[in-house]
Amino acid sequence: MSAPLRQIAFYGKGGIGKSTTSQNTLAALSEMGQKILIVGCDPKADSTRLILHAKAQDTVLHLAAEAGSVEDLELQDVLKIGFNNIKCVESGGPEPGVGCAGRGVITAINFLEENGAYENVDYVSYDVLGDVVCGGFAMPIRENKAQEIYIVMSGEMMAMYAANNIAKGILKYANTGGVRLGGLICNERQTDKELELSEALAAKLGTTLIHFVPRDNVVQHAELRRMTCVEYAPDTKQADEYRQLARKIHANGGKGVIPTPISMDELEELLMEFGIMSKEDETIVGKAAGAA
Amino acid sequence: MSLDDIEGRKAMIEEVLSEYPEKARKKRAKHLNVYEEGKPDCGVKSNIKSVPGVMTIRGCAYAGAKGVVWGPIKDMVHISHGPVGCGQYSWSQRRNYATGQMGVDSWVTMQVTSDFQERDIVFGGDKKLELVIDELEAMFPLSKGISIQSECPVGLIGDDIEAVARKKAKEIDKVIVPVRCEGFRGVSQSLGHHIANDCLRDWVLDKGKGEPGFEGTDYDVLIVGDYNIGGDAWASRILLEEMGLRVIGMWSGDGTLAELERGPKAKMNLIHCYRSMNYICRHMEEKYGIPWLEYNFFGPTQIAKSLRNIAAQFDDKIKEGAERVIAKYQPMADAILAKFKPRLEGKRAMLYVGGLRPRHVADAYGDLGIEIIGTGYEFAHGDDYQRTTEYIKGGTLVYDDVSGFELERFIEKLRPDLVGSGIKEKYAVQKMGVAFRQLHSWDYSGPYHGYDGFAVFARDMDLAINSPVWSLHKAPWKAA
Ligand SMILES: Nc1ncnc2c1ncn2[C@@H]1O[C@H](COP(=O)(O)OP(=O)(O)OP(=O)(O)O)[C@@H](O)[C@H]1O
Ligand code: SF4
Ligand SMILES: [Mg+2]
Repeated sequence: MSAPLRQIAFYGKGGIGKSTTSQNTLAALSEMGQKILIVGCDPKADSTRLILHAKAQDTVLHLAAEAGSVEDLELQDVLKIGFNNIKCVESGGPEPGVGCAGRGVITAINFLEENGAYENVDYVSYDVLGDVVCGGFAMPIRENKAQEIYIVMSGEMMAMYAANNIAKGILKYANTGGVRLGGLICNERQTDKELELSEALAAKLGTTLIHFVPRDNVVQHAELRRMTCVEYAPDTKQADEYRQLARKIHANGGKGVIPTPISMDELEELLMEFGIMSKEDETIVGKAAGAA
Repeated sequence: MSLDDIEGRKAMIEEVLSEYPEKARKKRAKHLNVYEEGKPDCGVKSNIKSVPGVMTIRGCAYAGAKGVVWGPIKDMVHISHGPVGCGQYSWSQRRNYATGQMGVDSWVTMQVTSDFQERDIVFGGDKKLELVIDELEAMFPLSKGISIQSECPVGLIGDDIEAVARKKAKEIDKVIVPVRCEGFRGVSQSLGHHIANDCLRDWVLDKGKGEPGFEGTDYDVLIVGDYNIGGDAWASRILLEEMGLRVIGMWSGDGTLAELERGPKAKMNLIHCYRSMNYICRHMEEKYGIPWLEYNFFGPTQIAKSLRNIAAQFDDKIKEGAERVIAKYQPMADAILAKFKPRLEGKRAMLYVGGLRPRHVADAYGDLGIEIIGTGYEFAHGDDYQRTTEYIKGGTLVYDDVSGFELERFIEKLRPDLVGSGIKEKYAVQKMGVAFRQLHSWDYSGPYHGYDGFAVFARDMDLAINSPVWSLHKAPWKAA
């Protein structure tokens, strides 16, 4: 009997490294023999670039708009095969400033499900843009979609703030659907006490820091070549980091939790606890570095 | 204490309210009252969001803007912009009559929609809107202009219909009016009327194009807020013209774009439906110095009173004209009353409608000897309830935004001889064994305005109330 389909999703603050981290990790998972489908939920359609070695041109919504409606599309029109046979689909969406990208994500995911895109794979992974801005982008969190959400974050305050907000979104749907928080992934930004802070936030949210991914320039070198590190530089320490993360996620199936998001005050307290903010000294608020 | 006195009716309200959960009861209590003679208003709150869970009878902003105000302008094409349903399911329901040839100089009976599909939502609908305008221009080169009536999704995805309107207006050299009347805005169709008025102001009147070559007279008036339901505006217009005034525009029943454009040339705005078009009258007073006057052309008492009020604003010629008109039609009114009053005297009616009717028709019923024992508005504001006091007497039950449940209970308890309301209420009320007339669409009849309309009105009420069917609705084997 084959293992049940794992559906996971990567969320996190805009630009934090979701697409990079997820593609590298999924590439590593494919090395472990897992059959993978990546669903890019971002009008930028850059969730599969490193796997396909090219930015996807044929997005679900783009082709649907040309053909008239999604009903006129065939799965093979939008399903592309990349590194290690990883299947890739991009939802696509409108150019910035018009239409409703959130509705586009809903349309695209429904199309994929109805047309059997989820058959014969071990993993479906959703890569969702920035913060969860409207219901459409929460689609993978909702009923019968992703089982575990991995939040990519860093020691930066706003990245932690976004992580907490996403945890709120997960909590909202955790009881009606089956979605769980799989864990935090810290994508290093080299801030003060980043590892400790990330672990502490994970504990507050009732989860764990599943992996601390170091910052490494080789990621950019690979990116320039439209490749993951795992493919471009398989022998580097960075590639191994992604392999470790892949193993951890693989072992994490069914171990997700219902998160316990915290208030903004608690978040600030956390930063104080680690001496990054000081409680007593309100006088620094609004003061420039030179003025203090 | 009986259901005929104030205390009894107040107790009845309490009883009906007591069936609600506490929160709903508290909210609804403010909208129900029994009018006490001499009070300056009806003592009900209005223009507030309906209580979730009740069956409200209200419509949406799109219905107010497209259905009521803009839709009747006959030589413009009105696009129901968004998914197909909003326009399709309201198609021709208003019964606003218009003369003309469909597709040549009148598009009133046509339903035009941009028929949004999923991709228009996802990618935005502005491009499609441009395409629709191009197609309309190719198909109907004789149209005088176009209005864009936004449905809900257009507002949700933030399309820029104003930009499209500006661009296309230049291209096709016609008036294009973008109306942001998304249904979710406001608490009822009332905001739609307001938005529609504002668009008329911004995209037609204040553009100052006017109507080239139009020559005014001292007797030029506009009929404002008459939508020509079943021909109402025609039955009104002849009276004004016979008394010597010149009707230079009908807003908007059987109206044209030119009649809108020449509006600022009017000497006086005569407004029938205050609720839906008072906004533009106030603006025209401020900007163009045009005074406005409310009138009521339901039933001979109010018609005569209104004709004299209107005439009082003009010179002796018009004053004489008014008397002449009243004298001319009085025999006709007397004949109607002689025929129908004996059959209707002492009957009791309850109303639940929109706009101006919950008060304006009261005296038409009164002329026939029918007493109004309950009335209410779908989307009135405080000023409507103040004006209502001139028409109703102490003890009248007043219900604002009444729920299906409340109305049914009130009818059950008061058992009037007639209920006047809309299509949604009609069959439920008739099944309760109570006569019913639709007072939005005139129940596929009309006109009801003017002397001609009163003849139809009196006949229709008699038909409904004195139908033999009401004596047969009890099963003969059931005890009386
Ligand atoms: N561990 C890392 N080391 C070095 N650079 C990294 C690392 N992770 C990500 N980056 C860089 O950060 C940039 C942004 O990453 P990415 O596009 O994956 O973010 P994202 O969270 O998917 O953004 P968006 O919210 O816009 O979708 C990339 O150009 C990538 O090169
Ligand atoms: S509420 Fe919205 S969707 Fe419904 S009829 Fe009105 S405009 Fe259309
Ligand atoms: Mg991304």
